[in-house]
Amino acid sequence: MNVMTNPVAFDVVRIREDFPILKQTIRGKPLVFLDSAASAQKPRIVIDAMVHAMETQYANIHRGLHWMSERTTEAYEATRDAAAALMNANDRSEIVFTGNSTGAINLLAHSYGRGVLKPGQAVVISGMEHHSNIVPWQMLRDAHGIELRIAPVTDAGELDMDAFEALLEDGKVGLVAITHMSNVLGTITPAERIVKIAHAHGAKVMFDGSQAIVHRKIDVQALGCDFYVWTGHKLYGPTGIGVLWGRKELLERMPPFMGGGDMISSVTYETSTWAAVPHKFEAGTPAILEGIGLKAAIDYVQTIGYDAMAAHEASLTEHALARLATVDGVRVLGQAQDRGGVISFTLDKAHSHDVATLLDRQGIAVRAGHHCAEPLMRRFDLDSTARASFGVYTTHDEIDALVDGIIRVREFFQ
Amino acid sequence: MSASDSFDDLRDLYQEVILDHGRKPRHGIRLDDFDTTAKGDNPMCGDRVQVWVKFADDSIGRVGFEARGCAISVASADLMAETVQGRSKTNTRALFAAFREMARTGICPVCDPSLAEPIERLAPLAGVHEYPSRVKCATLPWHALIAALDGAKEASSE
Ligand SMILES: Cc1ncc(COP(=O)(O)O)c(C=O)c1O
Repeated sequence: MNVMTNPVAFDVVRIREDFPILKQTIRGKPLVFLDSAASAQKPRIVIDAMVHAMETQYANIHRGLHWMSERTTEAYEATRDAAAALMNANDRSEIVFTGNSTGAINLLAHSYGRGVLKPGQAVVISGMEHHSNIVPWQMLRDAHGIELRIAPVTDAGELDMDAFEALLEDGKVGLVAITHMSNVLGTITPAERIVKIAHAHGAKVMFDGSQAIVHRKIDVQALGCDFYVWTGHKLYGPTGIGVLWGRKELLERMPPFMGGGDMISSVTYETSTWAAVPHKFEAGTPAILEGIGLKAAIDYVQTIGYDAMAAHEASLTEHALARLATVDGVRVLGQAQDRGGVISFTLDKAHSHDVATLLDRQGIAVRAGHHCAEPLMRRFDLDSTARASFGVYTTHDEIDALVDGIIRVREFFQ
Repeated sequence: MSASDSFDDLRDLYQEVILDHGRKPRHGIRLDDFDTTAKGDNPMCGDRVQVWVKFADDSIGRVGFEARGCAISVASADLMAETVQGRSKTNTRALFAAFREMARTGICPVCDPSLAEPIERLAPLAGVHEYPSRVKCATLPWHALIAALDGAKEASSE
């Protein structure tokens, strides 16, 4: 291709140099890692940031008066600024650190669910949620008398917007908690429309952005939502750290979730008072090193740029869908108009676990199973699918290796 | 892809015996006339199996099964049904213990000489030990069978 006609040059070869693990061979073959939606690989600068902090300044944060504690506190708190900028949050204090998306959703379900929602109100989720955006709401339903409503998914794997709106019509819905991108179908949900409809019916909106934030620039003010959660390890960052963003006035109305150190203003045996947001929600020593690593990951994706990442992944996805469509017996789940780099498929001759194991023999890592989305599997009459998912380091050659690998598996089972 | 393409790199776990039994299980039927039955369920991957047993005197007369799962689990169920036919309950339990050991370690365990021949027949499944997440696929039907022998309705998962 002529470089002049391709101004958003995306140098995947150079990007791959940033990820030490990609030089690995697996079972004697070059690693083809197509499981980034489960957890992404880590660039050198993330690894180095964590090692550097441990080697030069590590100490507990927010409580030491010594040099090391102050440096580490600064580094950790810089991540809050980076996360706020990443999402275009109004204020750094709207960023609450959690363990992961699951921790963020549980915090919200507990604190907003029991502290602000009233028994008899309803929460709407969708038919394409990860278990982590189902189970906390079931627990809230059973503990607090909240009705749980499910917005259905169309055969194409999109949210049924008419049915969604109908669920809100009686005005009982206090909160809509919906994925911004399905980890199974790749579907990106129409966030602005969801917010508009929900707000028109008096409901707040939380998006599960675990997948979306890897593929799209998230601007919470433009989206107009009230809460947005994501998890660091899918965004090329460390495990053990996630983010709950919430509008400040809402976070202030919510009672704390966990009690302990760091989240108080003052403690006596009679009573305790809470620290201001976000610290009210951050009890205990946090994932300090992981927080520092997450700053490096955010800087990394900002440097590449979301436009370039999205264009690269769109090109990979288009290539993969076009090639898969030519393979007999492959069924791709979901044909959403707006989608990210996640493709679930089944093969007529082989079970998805056999497909995954036989691709692994060829050095190709995909995931197989229900992808923590059993109700969605049931919606499509399946127990499991195989899933290939792409990241910044994925190449078109790797997609070709996947498709050739699938063709071999099918011939093998013939 | 050319017809001469070699599948050698894919065969270690998926030997011809396994592909064959996975594709065309001989005992993959629900028995109408049975003495005991139990289900096995692997919630991690969604594999499901139900096993029916008909006794003949004190030994296993016939085993039938229905399985929803991967080639490994179907082949394992079929090889199991074939191998336990005519065995006493005690011998079947001993065979399961030996088989489980083999699935986990890849090594045919030193066991009672009476088990040498049936273990040999199950040996194609020994390759699963290299895939820890797949060991349960091979042992699931056995758990269901043992549950049926114990009079339990469901196998407790490992
Ligand atoms: C859409 C979606 N939501 C939530 C999660 C949960 O993320 P975590 O396990 O990091 O809490 C995941 C990933 O596993 C996901 O893909």
